[in-house]
Amino acid sequence: MDYLLSEEEQMIKDTAREITEEKIIPLRAELDEKNEFPTVILEDMAKADLFSIFVPEEYGGLGGGCFEIVLALEELARGCVGVATSFAASALGIFPVLIAGNEEMKQKYMPDIASGKRWAAFGLTEANAGSDASGIQTTAVLDGDEWVLNGTKQWITNGGESQIYTIIALTDPSKGARGASIFVVEDGDPGFSYGKKEDKMGIRSSATRELILKDCRIPKDRLVGRKGTGFITVMKTLDISRPGIASLGVGLGQAALDEAVVYAKQRVQFGKPIISFQAVQHMLADMATQLEAARSLVYAAARHIDANPKNMSKPSSMCKVFATDMAMKVTTDAVQVLGGYGYMKEYPVEKMMRDAKILQIYEGTNQIQRNVIGQELNKEYI
Amino acid sequence: MNIIVCIKQVPDAKDVRLDPKTNTLAREGVESIMNPFDRHALEEGVRLKETHGGQVTALSMGPPQAESVLREAISCGADQGVLVSDRAFAGADTWATSYTLRKAIEASGEFDLILCGKQAIDGDTAQVGPGLAGQMKLPFVTCVQKIRNLDDGIIQVERMMDDGFDVLELPVPALLTVVKDINDPRVPSLKGKMKAKKATIKILSAADIGAEEQCIGLAGSPTRVVNVFTPAPRGDRKMFTGSLEEQVDQLVDQLRSYL
Ligand SMILES: Cc1cc2nc3c(=O)[nH]c(=O)nc-3n(C[C@H](O)[C@H](O)[C@H](O)COP(=O)(O)OP(=O)(O)OC[C@H]3O[C@@H](n4cnc5c(N)ncnc54)[C@H](O)[C@@H]3O)c2cc1C
Ligand SMILES: Cc1cc2nc3c(=O)[nH]c(=O)nc-3n(C[C@H](O)[C@H](O)[C@H](O)COP(=O)(O)OP(=O)(O)OC[C@H]3O[C@@H](n4cnc5c(N)ncnc54)[C@H](O)[C@@H]3O)c2cc1C
Repeated sequence: MDYLLSEEEQMIKDTAREITEEKIIPLRAELDEKNEFPTVILEDMAKADLFSIFVPEEYGGLGGGCFEIVLALEELARGCVGVATSFAASALGIFPVLIAGNEEMKQKYMPDIASGKRWAAFGLTEANAGSDASGIQTTAVLDGDEWVLNGTKQWITNGGESQIYTIIALTDPSKGARGASIFVVEDGDPGFSYGKKEDKMGIRSSATRELILKDCRIPKDRLVGRKGTGFITVMKTLDISRPGIASLGVGLGQAALDEAVVYAKQRVQFGKPIISFQAVQHMLADMATQLEAARSLVYAAARHIDANPKNMSKPSSMCKVFATDMAMKVTTDAVQVLGGYGYMKEYPVEKMMRDAKILQIYEGTNQIQRNVIGQELNKEYI
Repeated sequence: MNIIVCIKQVPDAKDVRLDPKTNTLAREGVESIMNPFDRHALEEGVRLKETHGGQVTALSMGPPQAESVLREAISCGADQGVLVSDRAFAGADTWATSYTLRKAIEASGEFDLILCGKQAIDGDTAQVGPGLAGQMKLPFVTCVQKIRNLDDGIIQVERMMDDGFDVLELPVPALLTVVKDINDPRVPSLKGKMKAKKATIKILSAADIGAEEQCIGLAGSPTRVVNVFTPAPRGDRKMFTGSLEEQVDQLVDQLRSYL
């Protein structure tokens, strides 16, 4: 379907596609196998200006928003969700600065983000605080001109690989969620180190690591926005970033559909290409239909969010749920269409199915997204 | 460090068809691309610029539509594009092409290095680089797989050989032709694409570069295509298997059978 993209939007999509075809697809199986972070590919993305798409022009960016990120991530995910996740997590990590940071802070970090010289990561989750983020125990205490942070963040994408970390910590534990604030911690800050590196089912080229803050001292001006407004910024950050995760589902679903159709045309059983069997055709038809519906919803939600409406949570959650559930189903069906070959590592759909699962889990599980949609509905109908 | 990269627009090799009547490449309706080797030459030029400063000029001889490869070159980091284009250039062989490129370069000012691809994927002769160097009396090395160093007007390179590589040094200005192993070319950048869209490509005619009529196009081309044909199949092939001794025995038996 033609989504009537502007020339600049099309350019972003094309550039991400070129990165996928020339840089990601040739390497993806090896990165997956070796659990290796795609540093070189991120550098290629930087040279292609992809990191600049969501950065305002005054900081050297191209001034796009959620929609531009969606376009880029969709194409990158066609190649590898692990690589695309590393890109997405960097955007996620810097959003708090973009949303709540002061001018000085933006001047300090955004130009490096735009040029791809530095990457970011988002540190919210802890061992005892997943879906219930208000359960975090990391603390930040002001000591003279410095904040002192203590705690351990878990499963942080780009951990150990990026240079800028936004860390959510309690500045006033007695106030619970209202006592949280966000800080920028940089690689090399005293008391900041990296812990366990995870060995994952899928998106194995992305780095998922523990962040350890042990009397980590950072200058006072690393506080992002006002003290105590951390969770408001976190919620807004996730509202803006979730369509990106949804678009990973769209890109992945497209890749799986492409593989399935090409294979179905070639594979002959009972003297005919398997695509001539109605049962296979119907499976492909459902995959294609769900995929296109997801793409339409994600694009619409992203454009809605870029218009900066008061309420963006519902469309943001709806597109995340729909597109990532679609990706899980479509990749599973793609393996089915390829039969036993689909289950083998020689064919890319095996990896695609493993990669799909995370999309239903991170940046808020799909159960949590449904909770959000339900709560919004409850508010809307008086 | 001013660098000239010679770029040829060629038909996309993914889509090669021969005209059944003339046995020449059917160009109608075939998409044109930047000669793949030239992408590597361009990338090397841009990298040299990034470390040593200076300008990269992409230069092509070709019909007006070759402008698109020069825009692509700008999106990949070239500073400007120059297209030498004139009906009078039509029918040029490698000799006339080299002459024309030389005149265009001489008309364009100072440079330190000329980079070419090892060969064009359509003409495939690998003659234009050395031909151009010869015409310009420049030192040159073909099949460069690595630029090791560039210092004090001396460039040190590795030339790919069948059994390894040679290390050679030459003074600049010089000309190098490059193989694909030299680098992994970048994808055109977004800002580059925007710049390329707005850029003006300088177009030079035969008169602009002061080319002599008898040296360009068909008139300047001593090469004559006498016959173009598809070589006959070479006959059956046979693979021997087993240990080395067994294979040698089989080979000897086979050869004997022809006696
Ligand atoms: C590969 C990977 C990368 C990640 N990257 C990051 C990152 O960069 N930064 C970061 O901060 N975090 C990151 N995370 C953490 C991720 O966001 C959390 O895993 C996710 O929010 C879920 O938390 P949990 O795993 O603790 O699950 P839990 O919260 O323990 O949930 C377990 C199950 O219970 C369900 N559940 C929980 N509460 C409810 C409820 N109220 N209603 C209905 N169902 C419920 C969940 O849906 C889920 O099915 C990452 C995780 C992974 C696996
Ligand atoms: C026997 C023969 C007969 C031919 N007859 C004709 C003919 O009658 N009419 C006709 O139109 N063509 C003809 N050609 C094609 C023409 O000679 C070549 O296409 C052209 O001269 C370039 O040579 P090449 O393609 O072999 O390039 P190569 O020598 O293989 O190219 C090496 C490098 O030189 C540079 N380069 C080559 N061409 C250009 C260019 N145009 N602009 C900028 N840089 C360039 C590039 O960096 C390239 O990577 C003939 C070719 C042959 C072999």
